[in-house]
Amino acid sequence: MTNRISQGAAALGAGAVFGIGLSLSGMLDPARVQGFLDVFGAWDPSLAFVLGGAVAVAMIGMTLKRRMARPVLDTVFHLPIATKIDARLVIGSAMFGVGWGLAGLCPGPALSALSLSLMPVVAFVVAMVIGMVVHDRLAQGRSA
Amino acid sequence: MTFPYWPSLLGGMLIGLSAAMLLLLNGRIAGVSGIAGRLVQGAQLSANAAFVIGLVMGPPIYLVLFGHWPAVTITASMPTIVIAGLLVGFGTRMGSGCTSGHGVLGLAGFSRRSMAAVAAFLLAGILTVTSMRMAGL
Repeated sequence: MTNRISQGAAALGAGAVFGIGLSLSGMLDPARVQGFLDVFGAWDPSLAFVLGGAVAVAMIGMTLKRRMARPVLDTVFHLPIATKIDARLVIGSAMFGVGWGLAGLCPGPALSALSLSLMPVVAFVVAMVIGMVVHDRLAQGRSA
Repeated sequence: MTFPYWPSLLGGMLIGLSAAMLLLLNGRIAGVSGIAGRLVQGAQLSANAAFVIGLVMGPPIYLVLFGHWPAVTITASMPTIVIAGLLVGFGTRMGSGCTSGHGVLGLAGFSRRSMAAVAAFLLAGILTVTSMRMAGL
């Protein structure tokens, strides 16, 4: 029980740091994200610095992880085990990319920006959740 | 010459710190689509809900620290927003990740699978924005 509470507190802290990082980086702003994707137009390179900074610090985390037998608050690391590059990965990611370009929003900034209570963000998140549920229903039907 | 990208770099480093925290403390990947997807399925409810609550608290904390809300400029029409949301929800579940899971942690771990995913969503995003601009949208 204590472990679940401390894990919840750690997740809350990590989420808040993520949300502050998104706010500071400017990546909460769909216009800036679309500016980054507009490489043939008035290109805004900001997102490359955001990703670079994030990957560099996450790499330190990955390096520390290799020296640990288990995470601080759990008995095992829960990491994805898939290694295959298949059609689902590429087609799914491409679909995500189209939606990302259309609205300038991806899951992290969209959820974080809910706090500004803007109607388009709320509509995006509702549609995103519906998209997730539809996918999971279809995937379930296929594997059954 | 001032370097205008400090906030982007520092903000990105905080995102990396968040990923490292969740990895080293809870042993979990800070992939937002995965966390949201598991939350919708009702799996590991407390930790996933706590992460999303923290994420939503980020901008108000920023407001307290800096005295103004972060900018959020949305130009897309409501129908476009809804289609985009459906694609992002469906696509991130099908492709098992988004900008945070594949983009930050996948690249930090040199995962070839994540590199392919990042290439696919970057390319699709660039093509989409370029086509929209050329179509005058």
